[in-house]
Amino acid sequence: MASASEQGGITQSSPGLFDISLIVNGAPQAVRVPARRLLSDCLRHDLRLTGTHVGCEHGVCGACTVLVDGVAVRSCLMLAVTADGSRITTVEGLTEPDGTLSAVQQAFADCHGLQCGFCTPGFLTTITAGLAENPDPSPDQARQIIGLFNGVQRLHLSGFVWFDINRLRAWRLEGRRAAVRAFRRAVAQTTR
Amino acid sequence: MKPPPFGYSRPESVAETVAVLASTGQDGKVLAGGQSLVPLLNMRLATPDHIIDINRLTELAYVSVADGQVMIGALARHAQVLADPVVAAAQPLIGQALRLVAHPVIRNRGTTVGSIVHADPSGEMTAVLALLGGTVLLASTSGERSVSAENFFLGPLESDVRPDELATQVSLPVLAARAGCAFAEVSRRNGDYAVCGVAVLVELDDGGGISRARAAYLSVAGTPLIADLTEACGSAAGAAGRAGSGDLAAAGRLAMARVSPGSDIHATAAYRRHLAGVLTERALAGALAHAKGRSDG
Repeated sequence: MASASEQGGITQSSPGLFDISLIVNGAPQAVRVPARRLLSDCLRHDLRLTGTHVGCEHGVCGACTVLVDGVAVRSCLMLAVTADGSRITTVEGLTEPDGTLSAVQQAFADCHGLQCGFCTPGFLTTITAGLAENPDPSPDQARQIIGLFNGVQRLHLSGFVWFDINRLRAWRLEGRRAAVRAFRRAVAQTTR
Repeated sequence: MKPPPFGYSRPESVAETVAVLASTGQDGKVLAGGQSLVPLLNMRLATPDHIIDINRLTELAYVSVADGQVMIGALARHAQVLADPVVAAAQPLIGQALRLVAHPVIRNRGTTVGSIVHADPSGEMTAVLALLGGTVLLASTSGERSVSAENFFLGPLESDVRPDELATQVSLPVLAARAGCAFAEVSRRNGDYAVCGVAVLVELDDGGGISRARAAYLSVAGTPLIADLTEACGSAAGAAGRAGSGDLAAAGRLAMARVSPGSDIHATAAYRRHLAGVLTERALAGALAHAKGRSDG
């Protein structure tokens, strides 16, 4: 067993506190945390990145979803010490440095793909990861990305997000005007 | 909803891990994907003195198929196992079950071995281990031992992993020729724990009749419940002639008689029993179609 201060390459600076390093939205961060600090709380409290929202704190609502090394995970179910050395992308990191919204964010804005917006950071990160893995999802695959997502307001919201993701796909394939037409068709079909 | 304080180790090898486990004993708890453990910590239903984080044991992040067994290392995530085409071809039941394990984002992080060791009676992979008769490999400072599925589950959330042991691997036999499998469950919400679920494995004889049919039920007992449906299916397989479809309704009735579910906020015992019957028929039909497709193909 390693010494008390050095266990498996993680430094215990004082009893119960560990020095970890993360790359958050491209920027290196050094943080001193107790082992019990959740990644969600590390991001919000230690790094003041409050875009990541905390809802249920047991992995169900999805509001706290962030990307860890490109993979969508619930930050409330991961210890910050476990994430030591990882690249983290939060909702703040989806936006370009000059403030330009990412395509997913812009699609949400165009379609008002939210109600109160509390769980929107989780939707944005989840869909960003889903589209990175599969840039051109079929309608069924798009449902896979969002349909199995347990958002706080999922009953109402999943309909809106469904339009967003469809529209985003049409936009990529055929341009923005075609996307608007596709969106209107989708709304018409659903509300008929 | 924050974890209680605990000590923390992050070993980098299996040898180092079992050494830590030997020193922490009852007070230590292994953290792998954390998708079951961290909620328990957050709700303070679990308050271990020491967490041994095995996320650096990348040597255990493997999935492989050899000698008729699918071998899953302790750090293989559900998503990794689910995406593996070799596993999907060798034992389709694994993918059929994994698709029903929580949400995709949870599967990105949760480990298959971890969910089996967690021994949740509503866990899909516990039923898969029990039905296939797999084995769990456990390591400690005194060496390795292998535990068969029938001896592994002791009760709800209780498995035969001793405090000083690390589960390093789960082995599941590949699907035999002329066999088929299916998984069916009902949950209140997509990705939620199943109110009742069943995994079914059938084997066909040379004439296409059912030579063996077994099922494992989740959420209806403290441990995965195994039922042999061969006789119930077979009694009518002869009468129904060559169709080989078997008497699925009889199998469903047998399942309803065998399970002894409890009532809780999610479902009454009567509803769970009803589901056991319906899902047995549904999964049997699916497994039969699967087996026939594989024999014909």
